[in-house]
Amino acid sequence: MNDKNEMLLEFESKSQNESFARTVVAAFAAQLDPTIEELADLKTAVSEAVTNSIIHGYANCFGIIKMHCIISDNEITVEIIDEGVGIENIEKAMEPLYTTRPELERSGMGFSFMEAFMDELEVNSALGKGTVIKMKKRVGKPEKMNKLTQEAKQKVL
Amino acid sequence: MQEMKGHGKNTSKEGEEGTTYEIQGRCLIIQLNGELDHHNAIRIREKADKLIDRNNIKHIIFDFSGAGFMDSAGIGVIMGRYKKVIFIGGKTAVANVGTSIDRIFRLSGLYKIIEKYDTVDAAINTIQKA
Repeated sequence: MNDKNEMLLEFESKSQNESFARTVVAAFAAQLDPTIEELADLKTAVSEAVTNSIIHGYANCFGIIKMHCIISDNEITVEIIDEGVGIENIEKAMEPLYTTRPELERSGMGFSFMEAFMDELEVNSALGKGTVIKMKKRVGKPEKMNKLTQEAKQKVL
Repeated sequence: MQEMKGHGKNTSKEGEEGTTYEIQGRCLIIQLNGELDHHNAIRIREKADKLIDRNNIKHIIFDFSGAGFMDSAGIGVIMGRYKKVIFIGGKTAVANVGTSIDRIFRLSGLYKIIEKYDTVDAAINTIQKA
């Protein structure tokens, strides 16, 4: 069985849309029957990526942020896409505690949280063109997951 | 203790996000309500700093009983206030922390510098005795 579903959301880079994007991703992921913890992880990761687009990507202007979500079996892929300034040094940007906006009291933990709360994280960026954050998380359906784990264990044994 | 409660209690409500601020002695209790993200962090920071500067605040307690969500912006808010009071020997504490916010605190290493209490009263008692 291959359950697939897809959605695309576009919104302005305004900070009040951070909670909007979180709520939408949680509502879309609900069909995977996630645990409360998994939902919290997903919301935090999306919140971090969208906030980055707003305060870094579109630091001096307003722009459009796209959130593209794909569900495939028990995995959700979320892409946060902006056409902002881009990231000069991705490796540096992903270092814990590194921030270019200390005056905003940014903790520099955004990418660390995305990495910790999602299973996969991919950052693509081009200066002056924008940034795409692609994150994946395997979610929900505990009995299905248990079955998969058991199958994997049997294979190892 | 009893006297202090009658005297210095001062509660004010602020903004759409519904965060409340209460002053007990030199202690500022920030009761967060709703979601602590970058959007709400800006207002909480401004209001808290005003109160800290005007009321000779030494200690800060963040009450998470009404907070459903927090991301790295929340870490920024707590760290920023911590830096404000640490120079005068003040303490920063968190109370009523739920499981998902607790994970964020643990992941960020915040508990290395900030103490966690089960309730606001427990935090006040320990901090004001010290």
